[in-house]
Amino acid sequence: MTGQGFPGKMPHAYMTAGTSSFSEFLANAAPELLPGRRPLPPGDFAEVSAHATTIVALKTADGVVMAGDRRATMGNYISSRDIEKVFPADGYSLVGIAGTAGLGIELIKLYQVELEHYEKIEGAPLSLNGKANRLATMLRGNLGIALQGLAVVPLFAGFDLDAASAAEAGKIYSFDVVGGIYAERDFDSIGSGSIFAKSSLKKRYRRGLSTDEAVGFAVEALYDAADDDSATGGPDPTRDLYPVVMTATAEGSKRVDEATVADIARAVIAARTENPYG
Amino acid sequence: MAMQFYTSPEQIMRDRAEFARKNISRGRNVVVLSCADGVLLVAENVSSALHKVYELYDRIGFAAVGKYNEFENLRTALVRMADLRGLSYDRRDVNAASLAKAAAQSLGAIFSEQTKPFEVEICVAGVGATPEADELYRLTFDGSINDEPGYLAMGGAAEQLVEVLEEGHDSEAPLAEAFALALRALSSDGGNGTRRELSTDVLEVAVLERARPGRSFRRIEGLALDALMPATEAPAEAEETAAETESPESDES
Repeated sequence: MTGQGFPGKMPHAYMTAGTSSFSEFLANAAPELLPGRRPLPPGDFAEVSAHATTIVALKTADGVVMAGDRRATMGNYISSRDIEKVFPADGYSLVGIAGTAGLGIELIKLYQVELEHYEKIEGAPLSLNGKANRLATMLRGNLGIALQGLAVVPLFAGFDLDAASAAEAGKIYSFDVVGGIYAERDFDSIGSGSIFAKSSLKKRYRRGLSTDEAVGFAVEALYDAADDDSATGGPDPTRDLYPVVMTATAEGSKRVDEATVADIARAVIAARTENPYG
Repeated sequence: MAMQFYTSPEQIMRDRAEFARKNISRGRNVVVLSCADGVLLVAENVSSALHKVYELYDRIGFAAVGKYNEFENLRTALVRMADLRGLSYDRRDVNAASLAKAAAQSLGAIFSEQTKPFEVEICVAGVGATPEADELYRLTFDGSINDEPGYLAMGGAAEQLVEVLEEGHDSEAPLAEAFALALRALSSDGGNGTRRELSTDVLEVAVLERARPGRSFRRIEGLALDALMPATEAPAEAEETAAETESPESDES
């Protein structure tokens, strides 16, 4: 808290006009809270921290559905069975992360504050495109640490309140470690199991899915990812752990009830017991 | 070289205070009161874009009168402070008292240091689990901070408004009743005890909802405000005509 004039007055960074961005404010007031600003010694640190794995997102007739498995790994060790990697970014959008779990969750916390902060300062939320671009900007600040093995890759999806109709309102954006941003047409997946999840979705997806159907496909895609990728966790009936599934529709962003997801996951397991290849 | 005359610190402070007070007293009024459903913030405001009532954090709201650029400056600082604190500790660690104190210190510093004090009066309001746990802080241009239990009014006719609020305030009253009281207070400054009619386009209304988890701040506007208006105006007028026996015809229309 330096840079102030008379004792008691808030520091200049607090009183500066012209920015509605929380991370820009942090860069002045508390740069140590920005993950990309921490100096790292040279080397590769991929193995020091837990890795979050597979996330899938699908467009539906009412918006979007996003789901994530519950596993985090460190090498061949399962560091968490119940991690949550899909979050509401704000009232109408969702964000999931793959890559370095600790940094990813920190980035998402910061991103949630960023969106809320803008909304409070400006009195209106950012557009959905604006939110996605903001996330890309925040990722760019992490490029240095990403190249040292601590990469974070998010997946962003939301309901666009400015869209002409609800059917066109669902939007999905994927990113890469350098902050590249790509609008996806129908569905996307990130993380170590994404190849298998995408292959699963590719065979089932069609446009205009209902939210319920999409939730089912998302859970099944994660099952397929877990089937072939050791870093993705499958549904776990013995511990009662199932994927985190969220939706963003005209009614806002919501988590699908855990009991509902459990039922769907059990149905998937039952079907695969009959026919292992789906 | 110009001659320097000695001016006593007392005189300087008195002049500054008078300057600030004079300009604040020209402003339209704001009423903040706690009720059963939460903390209600009502401002008389002709602009629909330049607000006087804002959200600071999950359970904390802000209201102000006076010079827009100056209270906007303070509000932005408070939102930044709240968000920074919530991020580095926890959302529950952000409370109305600490924000109010920070704002008061800034106002006090500006009052002592700058040639021109901020011409503002602000309220930092926190909604609690019960009406007794609500916190309403009124901050004046010189950095004074007042903890006002239950209700407060700011602006040119604050004293008159407080009288109305004092008479009718009930922290267990539902939202509609609290709004009726706020409206009655805001319209009581017509001069010589007469009342003004306030329509929805000059009212800015928001509530910190007690029962809502997470961000509790909600603006009441458009249809929601219309719905609150007619239902509450009728009983308010009925009550008033019953009370005012000396001028039975003046307020009929």
